[in-house]
Amino acid sequence: MTTHSSTAEVSKEPERSEDRQGIDEIHILWISEGMSCDGDTVSLTAADQPSIEDLVLGLIPGLPKVNLVNKVLSPSLGGEDFLAPYRAAVRGELGPFILVIEGSIPNQNIIEGDGYWTSFGNDPETGEPQTLNWWIDQLAPKAWAVVAAGTCATFGGIHAMAGNPTGCMGLADYLGWDYTSQAGLPIVNVPGCPIQPENFMETLIWVLYHAAGSAPPPPLDHMLRPQWLFGKTVHEGCDRGSYYEQANFATDYNSPKCLVKTGCWGPVVNCNVPKRGWMGGIGGCPNVGGICIGCTMPGFPDAFMPFMDEPPGSTLSSLVIKPYGAVVRRLRGMTNELVNHEPRWRHNKRKLTSGYDPRWRP
Amino acid sequence: MTTTEARPTDRKSPELVDMSWDPITRIIGNLGIYTKIDFANREVVECHSTSSLFRGYSVFMKGKDPRDAGFITSRICGICGDNHTTCSDYAQQMAYGVKPPPLADYIVNLGEAAEYMFDHTIFQDNLVFVDFCEAMVKATNPSVLARAERTEAPRGDIHGYRTIADIMKAFNPFEGEVYKEALKVSRITREMFCLMEGRHVHPSTLYPGGVGTMPQPSVFTDYLSRLMKVIDFVKKAVAMNDDVFDFFYEALPGYEEVGRRRVLLGCWGAFQDPKTVDYRYETMNSWGKDMYVTPGIIVDGELVTNNLVDINLGLRIMLGSSYYEDWVNESPFVTHDPLGNPVDMRHPWNQTTVPVPQKRNFDDKYSWVMSPRWFDQRTGDHLALDTGGGPLARLWSTALSGLVDTPYVKSTGHSVRISLPKGESLPETTLEWRIPQWSNTIERDRARPYFIAYAAAMALQFLEEAMGMVRAGETKVFENYEVPDEAIGCGFHEAVRGVLSHHLVIKDKKIANYHPYPPTPWNASPRDMYGTPGPYEDAVQGQPIFEENGPDDFKGVDIMRTVRSFDPCLPCGVHMYVGKGKTLTTLHSPTYGANHG
Repeated sequence: MTTHSSTAEVSKEPERSEDRQGIDEIHILWISEGMSCDGDTVSLTAADQPSIEDLVLGLIPGLPKVNLVNKVLSPSLGGEDFLAPYRAAVRGELGPFILVIEGSIPNQNIIEGDGYWTSFGNDPETGEPQTLNWWIDQLAPKAWAVVAAGTCATFGGIHAMAGNPTGCMGLADYLGWDYTSQAGLPIVNVPGCPIQPENFMETLIWVLYHAAGSAPPPPLDHMLRPQWLFGKTVHEGCDRGSYYEQANFATDYNSPKCLVKTGCWGPVVNCNVPKRGWMGGIGGCPNVGGICIGCTMPGFPDAFMPFMDEPPGSTLSSLVIKPYGAVVRRLRGMTNELVNHEPRWRHNKRKLTSGYDPRWRP
Repeated sequence: MTTTEARPTDRKSPELVDMSWDPITRIIGNLGIYTKIDFANREVVECHSTSSLFRGYSVFMKGKDPRDAGFITSRICGICGDNHTTCSDYAQQMAYGVKPPPLADYIVNLGEAAEYMFDHTIFQDNLVFVDFCEAMVKATNPSVLARAERTEAPRGDIHGYRTIADIMKAFNPFEGEVYKEALKVSRITREMFCLMEGRHVHPSTLYPGGVGTMPQPSVFTDYLSRLMKVIDFVKKAVAMNDDVFDFFYEALPGYEEVGRRRVLLGCWGAFQDPKTVDYRYETMNSWGKDMYVTPGIIVDGELVTNNLVDINLGLRIMLGSSYYEDWVNESPFVTHDPLGNPVDMRHPWNQTTVPVPQKRNFDDKYSWVMSPRWFDQRTGDHLALDTGGGPLARLWSTALSGLVDTPYVKSTGHSVRISLPKGESLPETTLEWRIPQWSNTIERDRARPYFIAYAAAMALQFLEEAMGMVRAGETKVFENYEVPDEAIGCGFHEAVRGVLSHHLVIKDKKIANYHPYPPTPWNASPRDMYGTPGPYEDAVQGQPIFEENGPDDFKGVDIMRTVRSFDPCLPCGVHMYVGKGKTLTTLHSPTYGANHG
């Protein structure tokens, strides 16, 4: 079984790079005032291949000069000083810029009166809080590209769970799935709760190479995710996957075997984390003992809860694999036993039995 | 009542200016600080803190499977999500009556130690220290920078910088040597974290009942080798911080008043002792005191209590300036705790969160944060405790209780001694953090690197214990359980920036009520129903201004230093308010590198 069918291409014909004009300098306006925990920004600082300081200091060859504006990393003291580039972009005086949105987008329309669910700075005229929605409405039409960082911004995530009071949603639900930026790009979705640091960095850098005129747009699937990162399932990269094939299932979390029966959704979740590790190849989810709860997926979290129960779909498939797995496991056990012995000619007796023949010819 | 007493001064006629910083940078989440500053007398007259974000965890968790609580509540915070998962698991273990195998407790302790080392390092060196770096001091106090250039660093033999200004240069953002090294160290410590808890920031291998981490010897070896790689950086960080902070007191007499408030500190304890903890409410006072960071409430230098049951029963969630409807007239979820003590209607076990979005009004309601307070039975006061940014309260409480006695960390009753082994370039070192004279901005910041050392030292002990168990073949890490039909539980832990509690009520095997209380609502709370300001408001209000710039090019660095000293983290909730004074002039936020990210 494969899930490749769910990753149909959106951008089928990459532009030829020589047809396009390169951009020398670009701003990254990052807003994390969605319903978020800022975990995507924090995760970004874990990337080391390359690192955020490499990007900001211009140590990656071939990229435009990057001016990163991010609240967590900003050396400014805050307030209007920090907001200046955002205000300039709203006035159309700063460009080109990549708009990065972190966090899910609340529904302001369900509020009666002057309240707000989340804001980003104040209106300079009135002193009233300026909502995240206002900023997105202003900036999205002017952005050279729009990137959604993390599952909250891509698909709504935890904060858009059933029963949430804010009516929040992902960016594509807010702007429309057919939105295109000034550069003609759809929203680039990098899901993950939070983003896997290197997945995000790599995607951002691909977008920047595209800006420099040296690369086609990043190839995205029908949920606007980078294909090379989200084209395979957790299971396909998991080092416990072979236990599944041998019908060897963990019954609790003390076991190194396949975790499907204890709640792992790896077989059907698009994510590369077990293969790539969490950072610098270290950590992950089922490969290191954590069930996959589907945190990169549009249906997260509701579709995967309760997390610690066996996914309903795996009851049948794990039953089907049982007879095959039992036979394969036994056969492999026998062969394994066989190859776990040294050949007979390795000894220190007074006779050479290795088959050595000084004049051997074929 | 909780406000720090006013300083006597020769008052000039006030020259009031409204100033605001919204959003505050170099923090996680949405925080705005609104002040009135009297430039004639160079002090902050009023301060309000506000948070403009509502997400609703305690709302959307209702009706969910309680076992999911740790996975969901991790997402409250993008920097200390694991502290939430851990705390949630503590609360669930109490409700389910399950005790994880000791090795699982050690693995959780090791993960949390790595988290403290990571988070405090990136916050101190990459976020807080930007306010003390050469570029910032040049823009705000040029005469102080000139003096720093002439002042030899007393601990230069440890950290290798000749003058105080050299240290400040090393902290310049993105370019300074220490700034860059700190980012690297924060990656190594995060790798240590991932070895124990799978992923940072939302861990994958923590469960109620234990962990899924495979306790192979190599997991511990990989952790130890990374720990030893950063151990000298930790020693140098303490020396550099001490040099810079001592210099500030010296260069700016009176700087101790910046961010000073009455000593009102809370710590809920961290690092369980796997040999004694059973997670039962009935025995909570005893295993709570066995924690390797001792819980405690400290008022005016006196330890009021270190009993977790007392701490629990004294919690009160107040409204007053927050955008919520009151719940006091609803029926309580929990009338008595498992020991038979009555539980107040304003206790988190009984809270109902009903959001009411509305216009911000600093004379009435102005924040999405509520006002947690601790009810002091001795006086009848509702105390606006703060966490001192985490480390200050943790070290203070541990020092006063005198209960921690381990090979690497010892509490003396007035100080905490921390021993770190020999590293690549520095010898074995014993550091001593002594209870300071003040609870102020500089001491909050100074405590942070000491607590990094504390976490590193405790990690060494946890490693030895865990490896001993693995070598003896005791490798069980998870214990099974049944979710009961009805139960209550509470978890007490320390998020990086301070006190963290989770309160859980289960009915029909589902979550009937769940209220997490992270440190930021404590620190960033608005004025409560009695008008008592929250700690940020209290610490900023009345503080002197040392910045050399006048109102026109004022940056507010002293105010920002105070706010950041608490390690603000708004996803878990903050706010502040500006009073009803007459506005003479209204300026918006200050400028510093306006085009700079």
